[in-house]
Amino acid sequence: MDAILLQLLNGLDKGSAYALIALGLTLIFGTLGVVNFAHGAIFMIGAFCAVTLSKLFNMSHKATEPTGTDFLGNPKFDDILYVVDWFGEDAGAWMVDWAVPLAILFAVPIMLAVGFIMERGLIKHFYKRPHADQILVTFGLAIVLQEVIKYFYGANPIPTPAPEAFRGSFDFGVLLGFDPNAVIYPYWRLIYFAFSALIIGGVFAFLQFTTFGMVVRAGMADRETVGLLGINIDKRFTIMFGIAAAVAGLAGVMYAPINSPNYHMGMDFLVLSFVVVVVGGMGSLPGAVLAGFLLGILESFASMNEIKNILPGIDQIIIYLVAIIILLTRPRGLMGRKGVMED
Amino acid sequence: MLALTKKDLSLLLVVAVITLAAPIILNPFPSGSGMSQFNAGYPDLMQRFVIYGIFAIGFNILFGLTGYLSFGHAAFLGVGSYSAVWMFKLLSLNVIPAIMLSVVVAGLFSVLIGYVSLRRSGIYFSILTLAFAQMSFNLAYSVLTPLTNGETGLQLSLNDPRILDGASAATYPNLFGAQMNDSTTIALGNWSFTFSVGYYLCAILLLLAFYISIRIFRSPFGMMLRAVKSNQQRMNYTGLNTRPYTLAAFVISGMYAGLAGGLLASMDPLAGADRMQWTASGEVVLMTILGGAGTLLGPVLGAGFIKYFENIFSKINEGVLQAWFAFMPDGLQDFFVAIIYPFVGKGWHLTLGLMFMLVVIFLPGGLVEGGQRIGRMFRRKSRSETPDGKTTPAE
Amino acid sequence: MSFSNLTRRGVIKTGAVAGAGLALPTYLSAAAHTGFTNAPTGDTVTLGFNVPQSGPYADEGADELRAFELAVEHLNGMGDGGMLNTFSSKELKGDGIMGKKVQFVTGDTQTKSDAARASAQSMIQKDGAIMISGGSSSGVAVAVQDLCQSAGVVFMAGLTHSNDTTGKDKKANGFRHFFNAYMSAAALAPVLKELYGEDRAAYHLTADYTWGWTQQESIQASTEALGWSTVNNVLTPLAATDFSSYIAPVLNSGADVLILNHYGGNMVNSLTNAVQFGLRDKQINGKNFEIVVPLYSELMAQGAGKNIAGIVGSQNWDWKLENEKGDRYKGTNAFVQSFGEKYGFPPSQAAQTCYAQTLLYADAVARAGSFNPCAVGEALADFEFDGLGNGPTLYRAGDHQCFKDVVVVRGKENPENEFDLVEIVEVTPTEQVSYDVDHPMFAGGDLGECNPGA
Repeated sequence: MDAILLQLLNGLDKGSAYALIALGLTLIFGTLGVVNFAHGAIFMIGAFCAVTLSKLFNMSHKATEPTGTDFLGNPKFDDILYVVDWFGEDAGAWMVDWAVPLAILFAVPIMLAVGFIMERGLIKHFYKRPHADQILVTFGLAIVLQEVIKYFYGANPIPTPAPEAFRGSFDFGVLLGFDPNAVIYPYWRLIYFAFSALIIGGVFAFLQFTTFGMVVRAGMADRETVGLLGINIDKRFTIMFGIAAAVAGLAGVMYAPINSPNYHMGMDFLVLSFVVVVVGGMGSLPGAVLAGFLLGILESFASMNEIKNILPGIDQIIIYLVAIIILLTRPRGLMGRKGVMED
Repeated sequence: MLALTKKDLSLLLVVAVITLAAPIILNPFPSGSGMSQFNAGYPDLMQRFVIYGIFAIGFNILFGLTGYLSFGHAAFLGVGSYSAVWMFKLLSLNVIPAIMLSVVVAGLFSVLIGYVSLRRSGIYFSILTLAFAQMSFNLAYSVLTPLTNGETGLQLSLNDPRILDGASAATYPNLFGAQMNDSTTIALGNWSFTFSVGYYLCAILLLLAFYISIRIFRSPFGMMLRAVKSNQQRMNYTGLNTRPYTLAAFVISGMYAGLAGGLLASMDPLAGADRMQWTASGEVVLMTILGGAGTLLGPVLGAGFIKYFENIFSKINEGVLQAWFAFMPDGLQDFFVAIIYPFVGKGWHLTLGLMFMLVVIFLPGGLVEGGQRIGRMFRRKSRSETPDGKTTPAE
Repeated sequence: MSFSNLTRRGVIKTGAVAGAGLALPTYLSAAAHTGFTNAPTGDTVTLGFNVPQSGPYADEGADELRAFELAVEHLNGMGDGGMLNTFSSKELKGDGIMGKKVQFVTGDTQTKSDAARASAQSMIQKDGAIMISGGSSSGVAVAVQDLCQSAGVVFMAGLTHSNDTTGKDKKANGFRHFFNAYMSAAALAPVLKELYGEDRAAYHLTADYTWGWTQQESIQASTEALGWSTVNNVLTPLAATDFSSYIAPVLNSGADVLILNHYGGNMVNSLTNAVQFGLRDKQINGKNFEIVVPLYSELMAQGAGKNIAGIVGSQNWDWKLENEKGDRYKGTNAFVQSFGEKYGFPPSQAAQTCYAQTLLYADAVARAGSFNPCAVGEALADFEFDGLGNGPTLYRAGDHQCFKDVVVVRGKENPENEFDLVEIVEVTPTEQVSYDVDHPMFAGGDLGECNPGA
């Protein structure tokens, strides 16, 4: 029982990451109809916003007096953080500790800008081009973004810890009457779950309850008619692209403490996020979120020892197996709209 | 001749001449010179050009004609490689049974996957093929290790049974004794050209594959596939079941992939799971689009382009750059090396990514379109040079 | 061993030509008269350094490349000579190898067997490399070793830790200086006993591919010999990035030690996840919960950051070895000095093994007086040497594996800088990590005969 509860928790947590990434992708891919292979790279850039801010806060200058010798026997100078110089000992230490949450503020404008530039500079010219061309150009872009990050940050993962206050884990089991240590879960992952619920809710509310959102939804359904009504749908789509990039980027920022970011983490998530979007159904935002949570939960259950003992290797293929079953039983995924990317 | 139109025949002949003379054409720079870094005329790379060319030609029969974008074709390549190596291990190191088996197994595998995946179209089809290929890859890497030797890859071993081979048989994949790695190097002055058995076997199969592809493109069957691409719904409304046609195209392209896989294993007897990963499937998609989807020659060009970058640009290191610019004064030399260095050696991916973007932005039809534009430019020029040419009348 | 044309391959080849008449006439082959592939003809000799330059191990590959460049510099008599000054064999004089200036070519393995073989092939066929070295994973090492065997050049493995490289998949033309999974386990066992006692229950997470299995098998055997029990062994997909679903059940399983048989990105992530779950702060069965990572590397430690504090693992070498453990490990400081002077930071164990392999190859050629792979192989077989940083070392003839001391390290609680992340706990002497050539974990392979190629 406790094991099932634990994996359910885990699945929700995994699912929230999948859902968040898929949500951004489906805004671009499911609605604008652009096959965006650079979406993983946007997620990666988000994570590197956290890395960058943490590096900025950790920038230092050398002390004037040597405090010892380094490994070659040359004099060694202590590093003094600029933030400590500028804001004092306590505030400086706090900023270094809280770099990841602060990076959210830092990442939003950057990711919006990345989205706008990408759409205006590149994607705009590809709305009318075949999907094949979109794949090639966005894949090329993904490689370029990835290589630029690799050039500046190296290929090794960069540890980006959560604030001290959120390290460690919470014992759910005790609350529910289980033994201690039966159902524990890290604080930061719980925060990730809450955060993604917030973002997902925010995006839905934005599309549902604002005039802007209404126009965008109308544009997704029938772009031409909306255009004929004299509404500049292109501009709104640019903004949607920016929002999609921001959503993916924030997913990346918050993910940084969970796994140390590296330059190819986007590619690891790319295929998965496409599977999630398609299983959810093309053109459906709720579908993408639902599929994200579904696949996350199933993946967690498949990695339980009890199940692995019966079906060895099931955790390796569960996502793909489920995708096949769903796509064969439901022609347009869970909640797909007719006619989107079907030809 | 060969039931081809004059234009197709000349295309085939051009391809034949280029392929057969590739060991010379691809080695334009004298060995030992600074530019020899760009020579691609060594057997292993030429074989890869040709084999991936076959893979892309086959992929193009499906994608270029029907528009069905498979994201799992690497699975057939991988299955082909595994079957070939198993044939080497169990039966004989002769490549003929191995290649035949790899084509057959890949064909059967593609019937299975194609039958299921073709029930959906568009992106749903792509994700189904992707899912099958990723499942094959993940299983080959882990659970199926007894069959695939997992991470290490399936290799020949000294104690393989090889029941048809006698004790004195060759120890490397061969064609009735001619080993695939046998080669002859002819030196002409500073140039040296290597002709290898393996390459010519691949080259002949490429020509055959190319010929079959032309015939398919020009056949009523090919016309039917194109019709599927332009409007499948209308086809269905006329009472025609398109599924058998698309399935046939899928299986044919799967068999091409199997042939490519079998050849890869024959040239270099190792079959690794990496060949089935989604990145490998993505690579053939990129090759086809880059070269020009739906064109006859495009996929081969795309395959050559990507493999050239992967194998030539990745080997240019700082030392090589320093040597190139050694004639310049020190400051200038360092400047140029610093500018170029991020794009070569370990940065070769960056150049590749940029090339993808540039090609698709400026040459919407892929490399083939680039060739056509250059061709048109010359033709126009030569026309305007003729005295009675129909150039714009002077006012 | 015979160097004439009367090898099995030579006879077969002649037979094949006579029999089928299809083969190309071998007398045309340019290299045929020299007796082996890529025999150096001019006043230079070319070595091929095949390291990952893209993909997850790119930084490790970059460090290997630095070491190779340094080794070539020292062989050619430039720089301060590094470990040439401390190496027990004095054949190398800083005039290249046998008077030929050493050149090198580089390639990208991408940590994929196919790409690694393509890159090695181009070095052999295009650049005329006589030896291939480098690499950062066992799958690639085994694949390239196999290629070098059939092409007839020497393979000096870089970082490869699987038992199979010199076990099931060993080849006559391949040589490994790095240690292996069995040695890691054997070296760790006594230290684990001392640190954590004899009554422990271990839970294994194992990367689901060949290296992971051999690592797990080795460490399970040696910890069970201590009296530890094994609660469970869970295989995790190689492609996994989030290990939470595998780590979550650990605490409630009754185990009090978690052993992570992971490497590279897998290890960084699984360790980070395990620390996130607070495993290190827990008490199980009245004992502190402990995590063990059998194979450590400096780059992985950097990637995992503070999470490695207090976590025990093994290494082939560490740059502090000579300072802390004395003169037995001479060469270490000489190498760290010249590497540090040139690049500004201390070398990793991957760099050290690649540097040592290059020197060992050059020295073997010099002692054999020939570049012929078979001559080199004979020179390396049962070669005993010292002064390359690992203490007295033996290159065993039976499987081409080096036997030397293994370093057991622990993540520092308060590292001074990003290169000083681990402290040396113990150095387990060679005798305790040695095994027989026909040990069951290494059985099933055959070195075969050396292949000089053309």
